[in-house]
Amino acid sequence: MAATLKDATAVVGIGQTAFAKRLPESEKELACRAVLAALADAGIAPSEVDAFSSYTMEETDEVEVAKAIGAGDVTFFSKIGYGGGGSCATVGHLAAAVATGQASVGVAWRSRKRGSGPRPWKNTAVQLPTPGQWTRPFGLLRPADEIGMLARRYMHEYGATRDHLFNVAMACRNRANENPAAMMYERPLTREMYMTSRMISDPLCLFDNCLETDGALACVIVSAERARDCRHKPVYVHSVAQGLPAQHHGMVNYWNDDPLSGPAWTAARHLWKHADFGPQDVDVAQIYDAFTPLIPLSLEGYGFCGRGEGAAFTEGGALEMGGRLPINTGGGGLSEAYVHGFNLINEGVKQLRGISTAQVPDAATCLVTAGEGVPTSAILLRS
Amino acid sequence: MTTTSAAVDDLLLPVPDEDGAPFWEYAARGELRVQACASCGRLRFPPRPCCPHCQSFDSEWRPMSGRGRIWSYVRPHPPLLPAYAAQAPYNVILVELADAPHIRLAGNLVTSADAPLNSVDPARLRIGARVQVVFTRTGGVSVPRWVLEKP
Repeated sequence: MAATLKDATAVVGIGQTAFAKRLPESEKELACRAVLAALADAGIAPSEVDAFSSYTMEETDEVEVAKAIGAGDVTFFSKIGYGGGGSCATVGHLAAAVATGQASVGVAWRSRKRGSGPRPWKNTAVQLPTPGQWTRPFGLLRPADEIGMLARRYMHEYGATRDHLFNVAMACRNRANENPAAMMYERPLTREMYMTSRMISDPLCLFDNCLETDGALACVIVSAERARDCRHKPVYVHSVAQGLPAQHHGMVNYWNDDPLSGPAWTAARHLWKHADFGPQDVDVAQIYDAFTPLIPLSLEGYGFCGRGEGAAFTEGGALEMGGRLPINTGGGGLSEAYVHGFNLINEGVKQLRGISTAQVPDAATCLVTAGEGVPTSAILLRS
Repeated sequence: MTTTSAAVDDLLLPVPDEDGAPFWEYAARGELRVQACASCGRLRFPPRPCCPHCQSFDSEWRPMSGRGRIWSYVRPHPPLLPAYAAQAPYNVILVELADAPHIRLAGNLVTSADAPLNSVDPARLRIGARVQVVFTRTGGVSVPRWVLEKP
């Protein structure tokens, strides 16, 4: 194979706005602020940007961002589908564009006002035609309901308990407590709080669900060659993958032969095939956590443990600092901010630069994943 | 636990697409049918224009026995759309069909066809429980619901 993406590009700039339940700025303004912050971090002028990538659910088009920040002529742009499944693919598409000479400076971003905006599932006009005809009339209305269905089956099949889900929520909250930018900074969680909190979709309680956040993030991708001259230590994009398994059906993956082996498995096979190292060599992971059950499912999918072993993997502080696999070191979607997983990408970059608020000593490899349960994506970063 | 008929009538109605329309037409006649390939005979769900196994565009709708087992379930609590919040917490079950276990239909476990979504004691919800389809008419559309085989 002639071309490879392996270490051909690097993330050289990251930027973010404040995270809060309500921010006064518009999504467009937040997007521009995050993009400009990432470019300033990289030491690259906005006029040099010639590639953009974001999510199909991003409200601000690249046309708007490009003209607002003063980008130059843009020769590559893409939008990735399936909500939070798109996060890592934005970096992947830009890496491919830069590595193949279609562009030289790429910016990926996500801006969202989920904290002050309407709940997306309330928009029944959009959701009712197929595939909603098979689920919505029965009151399977929200992502929490759809994932709760898989969670119950997972618990039944493998003996996973609410304590396992609590381990996930707790690890994320503990890291957020160390991160002044996190929405849950200085707001500790206890097992009692978790076990007595209100149910959202039984078996999922309040703390099994991600935050509702206003905020935006962005990162800058250039060639590995150019990255050496940038302001910060390059964080190389080592391997990238998207995953849409055979017979998959989006969030309600109930009609697959095996609904508990979701898109993570498909993305993982491709991701590891193109990497020089394996799951055992990952120093720290940022795993998409819109809901706590996505963590054990992803741990299995990405090969950190065997099928059905994801819940047990969370025991004994494995996900905490100093554990077998520290995860979501900024606090994740559960406790830092829920911006469709983009904070996980930037946190991965921080770890490999050595500047995380919960730094894993000498971290040199990081897995970042996008939403599990929907067509997904993942990247392996290395320093 | 009862609910007003007005609230029930505000439940979301299925909006069929071209592929799904026959399912709802059969449901209106009280029949549970699943799309099958007219060439290789394999059942498929959700319905779609062609067979993923043999790529044939010829399909037929095969009657099911209406029996199945609960594969999983959730109990949604508010915040929810108003008609659902009025009955919350209710159950949503996923039924694997006895005739085709790889086909799983979302639905509600109720005490009788026209009973509210929260009419079954949550203690009766159990993965593996045997269920039988019934149909209820709401907003001019027939939707499948499920009752326990051993009430």
